[in-house]
Amino acid sequence: MSVGIVGYGSYIPRRRIRLADIAKVWGADAESYERGLELHEKSVPARDEDTITMSVTAARRALARAQIDPSEIGAVYVGSESHPYAVKPTGTVVAEAIGAVPALHCADLEFACKAGSEGMFLASALVKAGDMRFALAIGADTSQGAPGDALEYSAAAGAAAFIFGSERLVATLDAQSSFTTDTPDFWRREYMRYPQHTGRFTGEPAYFKHILGAARMLFEKSGTKPSDFAYAVFHQPNGKFPMRVGQMLGFRREQLETGWLSPWLGNTYSGASPMGLTAILDVAKPGDRIFMVSFGSGAGSDGFVFTVTGRIEEVRDLAPRTRVQLDTNKLYVDYGTYAKLRGKIRLAE
Amino acid sequence: MSSLTSARLVREFPARYRFEGATCRGCGAVLFPARLLCPHCGGRSFEPRTLRREGTVATFTVIHVASAAFRQETPYVLAVIDLADGARCTCQLVDVDPAQVRIGMPVRLEFRRIQEAGEAGVIAYGHKAVPA
Amino acid sequence: MRDVAVIGVGMNDWGELWQDSLRTIWMQAALAALADAGVDRVDAITVGCMSGGLFVGQEHLAALLADELGMAGVPATRVESACASGGLAVKAGFMEIAAGLADIVLVTGVEKMTDVSGEDATAALATAADQELEVFHGATFPGLYAMMARAHMVKYGTTPEQLAAVAVKNHRHGLANPHAQFRRAITVEEVLSSTMVAEPLHILDCSPITDGAAAVVLADLDTARRLAKGRPIVRIAGIGHATDRMALHSRTDMPTLPATTAATQKALAMAKKQLSDVQVIELHDCFTIAEIMVLEAMGVCPPGQGGQLAPSGRTALGGDLPVNPSGGLKSKGHPVGATGVAQVVEITTQLRGEAGERQVAGVRVGLTQNMGGTGASTLVHVLEVVS
Repeated sequence: MSVGIVGYGSYIPRRRIRLADIAKVWGADAESYERGLELHEKSVPARDEDTITMSVTAARRALARAQIDPSEIGAVYVGSESHPYAVKPTGTVVAEAIGAVPALHCADLEFACKAGSEGMFLASALVKAGDMRFALAIGADTSQGAPGDALEYSAAAGAAAFIFGSERLVATLDAQSSFTTDTPDFWRREYMRYPQHTGRFTGEPAYFKHILGAARMLFEKSGTKPSDFAYAVFHQPNGKFPMRVGQMLGFRREQLETGWLSPWLGNTYSGASPMGLTAILDVAKPGDRIFMVSFGSGAGSDGFVFTVTGRIEEVRDLAPRTRVQLDTNKLYVDYGTYAKLRGKIRLAE
Repeated sequence: MSSLTSARLVREFPARYRFEGATCRGCGAVLFPARLLCPHCGGRSFEPRTLRREGTVATFTVIHVASAAFRQETPYVLAVIDLADGARCTCQLVDVDPAQVRIGMPVRLEFRRIQEAGEAGVIAYGHKAVPA
Repeated sequence: MRDVAVIGVGMNDWGELWQDSLRTIWMQAALAALADAGVDRVDAITVGCMSGGLFVGQEHLAALLADELGMAGVPATRVESACASGGLAVKAGFMEIAAGLADIVLVTGVEKMTDVSGEDATAALATAADQELEVFHGATFPGLYAMMARAHMVKYGTTPEQLAAVAVKNHRHGLANPHAQFRRAITVEEVLSSTMVAEPLHILDCSPITDGAAAVVLADLDTARRLAKGRPIVRIAGIGHATDRMALHSRTDMPTLPATTAATQKALAMAKKQLSDVQVIELHDCFTIAEIMVLEAMGVCPPGQGGQLAPSGRTALGGDLPVNPSGGLKSKGHPVGATGVAQVVEITTQLRGEAGERQVAGVRVGLTQNMGGTGASTLVHVLEVVS
């Protein structure tokens, strides 16, 4: 039985802040941040947006492309590190809003930036096991960086949703891998507002080790090599890392560019590589193969190989494309407005 | 003064979350949200329906002075929306410069956070209009 | 149905009354009305109050205030219809006498609004709108009337200057009212440059938050004749009461007030009068646009032309149909539950010829219009001098 993606959708908030405007406030050298991170601007959620609202909109878009009855969805998983509640699932609000209740399994997931791909892993497994016709996986975040910290330049907001099934596929899931170790490179303790990171330790021993590990396992399991793929997408915490890891694995720049959103989007954490995948699905042709590897600090990576089918051309325009949301209709805010929207200003009790 | 109690919020999910209303079988009026009795013909029999989340601005204002629950959002646009399916609703109109809002402007209704019962309280979700 | 007359009126000085509680302001008005009527016992009491609970944490007001007045034992009724609570209290008192259940009734209205913060007052007032369909989304009262104003401006070309002219006129009238909260003249420029509350309504387009009470003593006509002592006897000749769809968005034509039209027609019919017989009006100018829409709804002018009335001078003291000689809600103040009763106080005072500098000459028929929310409930009373 072939298992894969039946429908997909993404949501990017309209507001943006330029890195230069963040740097100005903290007396930092904007140019060196932009060069060093290869980031120029990032998305900013409005006060009335959060992981739940973005997940609902992305899920509705996935449903629009899937063209299925939402009551046939047997599971909803939302992966995020910015769930609005610490206890009470994001997923139940999504399930209620899209009309998938009450016959479904639901769970919220967390694993830093790979919580979204975890949901994809679980959703596809349940469909493969024959337990349900369709399962919805969402990666969404409105993550935060501490004021003035390096992470403030990249932490952004966005959501990607995928409905997995074994019929009406727009892309088959041909192989999966997961590579996991205990590596405390980035974390947030309970009740703390902002995460902590370990500087350069987040690079080679964390990001690169796990992506390379999962990617090599994936090549082996699927019997493939880089030139077999039309597209590749990796976790994108900044503009530099996904390009570097892709090239280390043997992919060419042209294979990496379509899914490469971070320079103008920022790091959407659990949405990062999943949103890159949606941008690829927006333009890929039937028969194209896609190589995707996520990364979540702590640490681990999930890898997927997809092959696009003919149905994608019938449905791709039933919801807004990711690049169109990224590039058009932007509303720029200054740092003061950004701080107000992100709750970084201490208000009266 | 929050009346955002869980029991009340759950009762309102069909209209707030899923835009569910009803068509009166007697006179065809579209009600949003559904009611027990049709205010137009007095009918008591209805066909459930999910309304399309599209419409146009019927009238609007920009609120500068609000109650505590909405203080942080001022100035915000409040509008009456003529929904595509024939009913009307009142909601905020966001992601737009208030100076650009016009009667007749086409809008979509998007799932947004409406209110919360304080930092530790329940969050109430619903729909707001955004420019289409 | 027996005829009902107004035999006494009373008010306190309205404003931000930090030293006074709801009980004491009510008492001042009640005692003044009883003294004016020359009675010290009544058969029943009515109280109009929108929200003792939200403003001061007190319900069960009718019994509480009867006790306060030393009249524990007398049947007392509290009625609520948002900002039309006062007008409804008048109707409730009228009915007791008309039906023969009482001969003398003390009708009162009161609201104590300034103990809570401005934001909490906004939220309390917003309970007069549809909590689920309007207020949940951030609607405020100024916001709802502002939406009606915009619809009126787009449909008929009404201008912000025309709205401001209503506030200017009512402030001028309030200069002659010793009970008014604001006794200062304002200009159109001042209104238009005052803080924006909800576009297009500025703060000076909006009636204020006020502490205040008003009271009238009603009696059957025979009792009234007995107690008149030579003063003109004023009768409540007609009552009209109508409701409308609650949410503004449920109305077919948003910049109109159908309940005002219906209530006015019913009141005039009951009084056996035409609109042209009415010589003075006290109406519910909670916002400047409200006065414009009410006058159109009553038929004083065709729909859409209400904006011309204040600038033309027709509705000013000295004009051919003075509106809000008391200063209206804008200048006199708007302690919600008291307003409808205060309107009857003013019209009675006018019909008795006792209005001093704001007297409209030779009036024999007057009308009050009191509405709740964005017009979902409306009470109209027609009063006339009895020969």
